[in-house]
Amino acid sequence: MNLLEVERLNRSFGGQPALHDISFTVAKGQRLGIIGRSGAGKSTLLRCLSGLDRPQSGRILLEGEDMAILPEAKLVLLRRRIGLVFQHFNLLNSRTIAANVALPLQIAGMPKAGRSKRVMELLDLVGLADHAGKYPAMLSGGQKQRIGIARALAAHPALLLCDEATSALDPETTQTILALLADINRVLGLTVVFITHEMDVVRSLAQQVLVLEKGRIVSRGKPADILDANQLAAVLPPNLSQTPQDGSHAIVRLTVTTQAVFTSLLHTLEQQCQTSFTLLHTLPNPEREEQVDVVVQTGGLSVATMNALQAHACAAEVIGYVPAHS
Amino acid sequence: MSRLILDLLWRATAETLEMVLASGALAVAGGLPLAVLLVLTSPAGLYPLPLLSRLLGGVVDAVRAVPFIILLVLLIPFTRMVVGTALGTTAAIVPLSIAAIPYFARIAEVSLREVDTGLVDAVRAMGGTRWMVVRYVLLPESLPGLISGFTVTLVTLVGASAMAGAIGAGGLGDLAIRYGYQRFNTTVMFGVVAVLVALVMALQAVGNFFAHSLRHTNPGRAE
Repeated sequence: MNLLEVERLNRSFGGQPALHDISFTVAKGQRLGIIGRSGAGKSTLLRCLSGLDRPQSGRILLEGEDMAILPEAKLVLLRRRIGLVFQHFNLLNSRTIAANVALPLQIAGMPKAGRSKRVMELLDLVGLADHAGKYPAMLSGGQKQRIGIARALAAHPALLLCDEATSALDPETTQTILALLADINRVLGLTVVFITHEMDVVRSLAQQVLVLEKGRIVSRGKPADILDANQLAAVLPPNLSQTPQDGSHAIVRLTVTTQAVFTSLLHTLEQQCQTSFTLLHTLPNPEREEQVDVVVQTGGLSVATMNALQAHACAAEVIGYVPAHS
Repeated sequence: MSRLILDLLWRATAETLEMVLASGALAVAGGLPLAVLLVLTSPAGLYPLPLLSRLLGGVVDAVRAVPFIILLVLLIPFTRMVVGTALGTTAAIVPLSIAAIPYFARIAEVSLREVDTGLVDAVRAMGGTRWMVVRYVLLPESLPGLISGFTVTLVTLVGASAMAGAIGAGGLGDLAIRYGYQRFNTTVMFGVVAVLVALVMALQAVGNFFAHSLRHTNPGRAE
């Protein structure tokens, strides 16, 4: 069952389109990552999904209710089904940690007695139970984000939205926050949609990825496929063609074990094939940690060469041709 | 200093405090809702009503444009209508409040606008109504700033209340004019100035203390 369905969403600001025909669905319990550069429309999309902004056209169905056209009074209630985690935490400085986490419950009209029990549960969940009486200014960035997550979970939302939740944190803290989010998804079965500009975040958290560029979804799929294609595209020569020309060189991708890179792989191959290989790039393999992709250029591509390559590597694939002098 | 002069000073100080505190309280009662309204109805606010916002802003600026000494005289008929007389301490509270309400409203407006819009988004995203945004975010988050602004208003009222003495309001200003200026009594003049300085310093110290203790930004202090 789909928890969230977005259909042909359009949003523009003063005639400048920020989102163009965005359509996607999120199944219950799924972790969807939306990645894009700044200005790609990520934040606009997230504001629409959280009910803070309305699109000009299109539908956003959350549990079957269309947030795009719902009257304000009902939209207020629907927003309580969504937990939002912010890049800059957005905790209230005037309230203690416990009172910050209690706020969504207070807004939902939960009696005081039930509130404090739920708050302790949540603080336990994020591992900050002994900080209940402190103020946000006394916590580190990672701790603040844990409180932000606890607050987002307080009112039992159906959907957790994360807006660059780890972008203000150092790499180590980012890992712990991502682990917490993955845990929450697994243990509570909560659907998580997050936007980010960091490949690493998508790699470790997403099950499905949308790539947003200039307000459009330019690709979608599993993180491994998307990252693979994106990383490769970044290192390939710009004048790559799919058909060989007279005297052109082939670009070959070899998937090899990490150990093979440290032995004289290319030297061995050159000796065996009697041709030269130019190393263009090595990339970590997004699917298997113990393997790397090596991109090489060669002028002497033949059936024999390919056979030799395949014998030494786990996989070898010609991905295009470039003119010899490049 | 003779007992008589001390007695005069004491009574005048009490009258000044009465005027300042009463009109200060009315400034908050009238100015704070006005400030919230100005923030909410502004074009980028939570309840955009640009026409009302401009109208309110216009009225606020118009009152603030009138010099207080003129406002005092201008409001005499209104004061008579409200308290029955235009003379005395109670009567002075009317023009003082009328001047202080827009003054505090503008100061409070600045503090309210300084609240991070991310916090407003957070509470709206939780499903908070606009009233909840005011109640849980705007007012508590700007409270230290509001208190600092209120302190500034009180200090300004101390000065303005001295001016009200000119139309028979009593208080320290009246004392300084009648004894110090018109009768060349230097002792009274210096006494009044000393009390005014002490009063302003005390108000500022108390205001700073509350504003600071509510800020919760210094890990050393907050608990």
